[in-house]
Amino acid sequence: MLDVLNDFIVELRRAGLPISLTEHVDAANAVSEIDLGQRAVFKSSLRATLVKSEDHRAAFDSVFEIYFADRRDRSADNDADDHDDDDRDDQDDEAQGQGAKGLKGAGKSMGQGGGSTMSAEELAQMLEAAIRSNDAQMRSAVAQQAVSRYAGMEPGRPVGGTYYLYRTLRNLDLDGVLEKVLDEQRRDKGEAGLTGLEERLARDELGVRVEGMKRAVEAEIRRRLVEDRGAEALARSVRKPLPEDVDVMHASRDEMLSLQRALGPLSRKLAVRLTRKRRHGRKGPLDFRQTVRRSLSTGGVPIDPRYKHPNPSKPEIVVIADISGSVASFARFTLHLVYAISSQFSKVRSFVFVDNIDEVTRLFEVADDPAEAIERINSEADVVWVDGHSDYGHAFERFHDRWADEINSRTSVLILGDARNNYHASNAWVIADLQARARHVYWLNPEPSSYWGSGDSIVGEYGVHCDSVVEVRTLRQLEKFVGELA
Amino acid sequence: MNDITAPRFSSPDEVGDRLNEVDYLSDEAIAATVFLADRLQKPILVEGPAGTGKTQLAKSVAELTGARLIRLQCYEGLDESKALYEWNYRKQLLRIQAGQGSAQDRDWSELEEDIFDEDFLLTRPLLEAIRAKDPVVLLIDEVDRVELETEALMLEILSEYQVSIPELGTVTAEQIPMVFLTSNNTRELSEALKRRCLFLHVGYPDVERERMIVERRVPGISGELALQIAQIVRTIRSMELRKHPSVSETIDWARTLVVLGKGEINETDTAETLHILLKYQSDIERARHELLGTKPAPRR
Repeated sequence: MLDVLNDFIVELRRAGLPISLTEHVDAANAVSEIDLGQRAVFKSSLRATLVKSEDHRAAFDSVFEIYFADRRDRSADNDADDHDDDDRDDQDDEAQGQGAKGLKGAGKSMGQGGGSTMSAEELAQMLEAAIRSNDAQMRSAVAQQAVSRYAGMEPGRPVGGTYYLYRTLRNLDLDGVLEKVLDEQRRDKGEAGLTGLEERLARDELGVRVEGMKRAVEAEIRRRLVEDRGAEALARSVRKPLPEDVDVMHASRDEMLSLQRALGPLSRKLAVRLTRKRRHGRKGPLDFRQTVRRSLSTGGVPIDPRYKHPNPSKPEIVVIADISGSVASFARFTLHLVYAISSQFSKVRSFVFVDNIDEVTRLFEVADDPAEAIERINSEADVVWVDGHSDYGHAFERFHDRWADEINSRTSVLILGDARNNYHASNAWVIADLQARARHVYWLNPEPSSYWGSGDSIVGEYGVHCDSVVEVRTLRQLEKFVGELA
Repeated sequence: MNDITAPRFSSPDEVGDRLNEVDYLSDEAIAATVFLADRLQKPILVEGPAGTGKTQLAKSVAELTGARLIRLQCYEGLDESKALYEWNYRKQLLRIQAGQGSAQDRDWSELEEDIFDEDFLLTRPLLEAIRAKDPVVLLIDEVDRVELETEALMLEILSEYQVSIPELGTVTAEQIPMVFLTSNNTRELSEALKRRCLFLHVGYPDVERERMIVERRVPGISGELALQIAQIVRTIRSMELRKHPSVSETIDWARTLVVLGKGEINETDTAETLHILLKYQSDIERARHELLGTKPAPRR
């Protein structure tokens, strides 16, 4: 057991989780205190001792499922006793192997799951029944059948299983099943049908069940992959960076969603930290009244002088963001963050450009949430001048014509972009002029610093006029930068 | 140190059952973590959104173990003298002055020993929990509000269950208390603190558990209504709102509906009572639009 635990922890560390020796020891102690038969308790115990941040939970879960795959799932639906589990495991493996070979050879699936073969129609019916009844055993039975039938798994291939999952889900058509079951419920209601509220609730409930079905299929595929290639190899194939280390420019849709979810707490944390920093950074003038009051307990001798809290001015921020296709996701993300903590700045103004520049501050003010504002930026802002390819030079020149006079010594200017200028004129003098007017000029570049200056990137030309040019590719880097800024 | 306190629970299931008896519906993670905290004699760091029963967990554990709850509410500027101990210097001053009257024959070291005696010590929650002879549960509430430096004060207590007082020596716990720290995650806690604790995230409950909580906390509610309430709340939590409804707000809402005599809930009731669940006008409008609007919900 301790060996497995050790491997497990090594893999968690590889996935980026900071696990100390103390925590390793705790986990080992915890495991000796509990009944290993209860998988949920086992999992909770490891999580409580090893994972100290909710953001790391997903990474933990995925590694846990690989190292301690649930082998009892399949015994549940066949009413088999635990002791012949192993036999059937072997059988199923063979069946799976055959299925895979069959698929390759004849181009159609054979799906012989130990004598319990089902036709596609039967499977579809069973799936509907599983969604309707929300029964866990039925769900895992369907998942097994579906994976044997549709996934077409090929033993020995070093993959993480995403494609198998996609193939199985495409064939199951879960969305179609959802609509069908929902239709049934509508018909059951008779003439009146469902009210808007009832329909929404029913849809959400079914959505959760469908999500459960997807997870069951995923678990089934993972289990077979582990059997095929072993835990360590599979863990290597599916390893992903932690949310705070995901590269914003190349994030997948799911990763982007989890990043956006992380923004809320992050901005709250930043806001708290910045307020504190401002309040505790310096001492203000002597607070006479409080000092005298405190001196009473020492017989009128002012041993402990008190100071007023200083009230330093908050910086003004001007954000100038490139929202052309190549860096759009990054710009959107940063604008999100800047607005989330806009209470920390006395004034935030934002400008977006592609080859023309437009102010979008107002859009953030009228919109309920940043997501809506960003949608409107994409549709309303006037940012295209000629061809819709980035032209930093022209955009900066226009900015200088219209707004340069409003930049003063309290303003910090943030420029977001990769400085890939499509070989247009750079007009770097604008940045030099801005630097002379503003308190600071920072350039945030979402490209790795090793790419700077290659091809049409002219970040070097602009960089000499900036206070600093920072590589900001991940949430962690962005957090660090904003923390230092305010 | 291991022999000081006998285990309080025999299995995680027992924790769950006994929490259930004192009307705290736990889940597997909560029960297992409380069980481990007792066995490994480690504090629990409880984190999660507001209003999901973090503080209540500590109270319930105190209730079911028959222990006294000692609570330290953290805030910005909390320091040693408020959290750990303080010398009662007024009393010490009096003692010195009283000593001056009765001749100068007593030498200084004797007097010093005298005034740094337990009689002059004011115990604050942390020290009190360590010195308690009876069983106690220590709750350090909202630990994320103190500064990083103050956090360090707690480290000795959390790992060794002892407090070092320079003038007195080390005070070691008579019995190991169960310790709960809660955090709303407004800042990153130090690695040192996290390392010493078991971590428990208490999120919003799923529909089934929320329904049971509502049934338990709101007498006279029908099962049908409780389920509907739990489902509506889940749907509202899936929206993008400034503040999502907490469990306590769900309970308030359920109570209101029961008082109004509703056996089940329809669209108008929902629209009229949504302000109990949500506290921002923009949230209320948004939820009303999404719940009752005729346009279909966006697919995931």
